Amino acid sequence: MQIPAPFDYERASDVANALALLERHGPESRIIAGGHSLLPMMKLRLARPEWLIDINDLAELEFIRREGDQLRVGALTRHTALLESTDVAGLFPIIRDAEQVIADPVVRNRGTIGGSLCQADPAEDLSTVCDVLRAQAVIRGPDGERIVAMSDFHRGPYETAVAQNELLYEIRFTIRPRSGSAYEKVERRVGDWAIVAAGAAVGLSEDGTVEEAAIGLTAVGLDGTVPEAEAVLRGQQPHEDLFVEAARIAAAACHPVDDQRGPVDYKRHLADELTRRVLRRACARAAGAQEG
Amino acid sequence: MQISMTVNGDEVTREIEPRVLLVHFIRENLGLTGTHWGCDTSNCGTCVVLMDGQPVKSCTVLAAMADGHDIRTVEGLAAGGTLDPVQQGFMEEHGLQCGFCTPGMMLTARALLDRNPHPDDTEIRQAISGQICRCTGYATIVRSVQWAAAHPPGWDTETGAGTDDGGAGGAVAEEVTA
Repeated sequence: MQIPAPFDYERASDVANALALLERHGPESRIIAGGHSLLPMMKLRLARPEWLIDINDLAELEFIRREGDQLRVGALTRHTALLESTDVAGLFPIIRDAEQVIADPVVRNRGTIGGSLCQADPAEDLSTVCDVLRAQAVIRGPDGERIVAMSDFHRGPYETAVAQNELLYEIRFTIRPRSGSAYEKVERRVGDWAIVAAGAAVGLSEDGTVEEAAIGLTAVGLDGTVPEAEAVLRGQQPHEDLFVEAARIAAAACHPVDDQRGPVDYKRHLADELTRRVLRRACARAAGAQEG
Repeated sequence: MQISMTVNGDEVTREIEPRVLLVHFIRENLGLTGTHWGCDTSNCGTCVVLMDGQPVKSCTVLAAMADGHDIRTVEGLAAGGTLDPVQQGFMEEHGLQCGFCTPGMMLTARALLDRNPHPDDTEIRQAISGQICRCTGYATIVRSVQWAAAHPPGWDTETGAGTDDGGAGGAVAEEVTA
């Protein structure tokens, strides 16, 4: 029977209260939201907080809101809500692609975007998604609010820019015209962690050339996106030869390890193939040839 | 710590350790052993209960997190001595063999039908995709849920009123109860 080690539990009533509780209970206190990443770690004693601060009552953190040229997503937004949002599907199809392959519908009822990002599992899908969308994380702490680019948010496996006495408040995605994005993952069985996954986002100029491109890979030890691969596309008309070249560079840039999910060669092959696929899809979506 | 919640319509209050998982609270503190406890890792889905109407894996929810919420377990499916159509469907269509996954399957099915009274087979398969039947009886589980969709609550088992046609089931049920 897997039971977490003893801890104390307190429920936060709002964001200010959650921050006050983190301050009061100190370094061994942690925020719990959906719990579908943290509780399994606690059962295995890979995490052993002395205090859990439950933020599930914080309705103020559960929103998907369009503001100006941004889509703002509250940290407590459940995977199911992201999957069912028409705004998300229309503006950022990559989020929908990824949400469809995160665990299963029942887990998605509980798990949150903030929990996934803050747990920062190296095989976690939304980190790559937020990377390629060049999202911003809004973090609240005792000294107020700060905004961190996704590239600065990740600090390594299970490590983020969110300090112990801080709370991830929202994720901001910039809405760009003529943009498209896609995510594709290969896993051992439905709902499992990725063996490898790839994400891409592109923005086209009015004449159809690639203005902005971002390529990210999941579960292959890549820190952030792959600028050298993105440079291949920028300023060019989308073309299969460019997708192939960018994918080759991305696959060479990653650092897969040999583990129970597969050998290095296989993972590199997947990184290459999946990058081609997401680039094709992202460009097609950007061109409006294919609806998300 | 003390927690209170509604379980199958009844208010319950218990003193627990914060680390108690909802599945163990339901089985051991409340004695409702219909909720099964399987993989412990939120993979198998036999521990699924409804929390405020939504299926959740109770091995990965703290009992403390359910404080103040509405929980429905398999024991709460039948009402007034009448089986829920989902339960009846599992009987009619042989939706269970060993029965281990059944409570979770039925609760997910109930939640699905509450949202979407006439799901197609793909929607049913998606809804139960976080749950494992190691007897591999998925085809009959899907048929059982379809049976329930065709015989919504109010369908009269005594007179046999109602049809097996999913589209007409709701209308017939309305006539019967009117």
